Amino acid sequence: MTEHSVTHNTFVIDRTYPAAPERVFAAFASLDAKAQWFGAPRETLVTDPEFDFRVGGHERFVSKHEPATYTYDAVYYDIVPGRRIVYAYEMYQDDARMSVSVATVDLTPDGTGTRLSYTEQGVYFDGLDKPEYREHGTAAQLDKMGTTLAG
Amino acid sequence: MLNQTADLDRVFQALADPGRRVMVERLSLGPASVSELARPMAMSLAAVVQHVQVLEACGLVRSQKVGRTRTCTINSGVLGSAERWITERRTTWEHRLDRLGDYLAETADGPDLTGGP
Repeated sequence: MTEHSVTHNTFVIDRTYPAAPERVFAAFASLDAKAQWFGAPRETLVTDPEFDFRVGGHERFVSKHEPATYTYDAVYYDIVPGRRIVYAYEMYQDDARMSVSVATVDLTPDGTGTRLSYTEQGVYFDGLDKPEYREHGTAAQLDKMGTTLAG
Repeated sequence: MLNQTADLDRVFQALADPGRRVMVERLSLGPASVSELARPMAMSLAAVVQHVQVLEACGLVRSQKVGRTRTCTINSGVLGSAERWITERRTTWEHRLDRLGDYLAETADGPDLTGGP
């Protein structure tokens, strides 16, 4: 448990939505809209969420998932309406910092819809190697891993 | 078991090669000889042996030589550790972006809807 380590990982997820880039952007740009899909569920929040959607602004959720409290703390670094959002965030489990990540939401018009590309580059700190996270290997998950690593 | 970051790095490096991923997928179905692994691959037996050595070095695969046949098996414990790191973060966002799609569909008649076909 006292072992110090870092692990890096990058993943990319692409989605196409039948909605204009402005509507997809709007789903990220207000607390009410984002609460509809982002999580955590409102009943798990232990404080009012902070949401300051502008460059330099913070977004912060603290949620309780017994037995631990998880904190998501983000800072927005680049916002281009309808096109791009770049932010960095930290995740804490109680007082322990679990990870720091840079996330990029890139929106591209695709016909009348939008192609969304989400890229997350993260560094994960020690103490995360917990047996309860272990999963069995399957070929299907390997496909996902391949996509991630190629991304 | 996989406890050190260096090992995890080697697992990711080993899996970064599409040919080695094909081999790991095959081995996730059950043990196979090196020549069985080589059969679907467009590469020499010597190249396959080198790939198997990379997979062995990071602990993903174990091999044992009996007579003239070397049989490879997957080490599912190591595979599980590597998967966990990636799938956990990734699946969270896959679920989120699925919910975003649902939300966009549900609000499609909203006032912010820009022109469509």
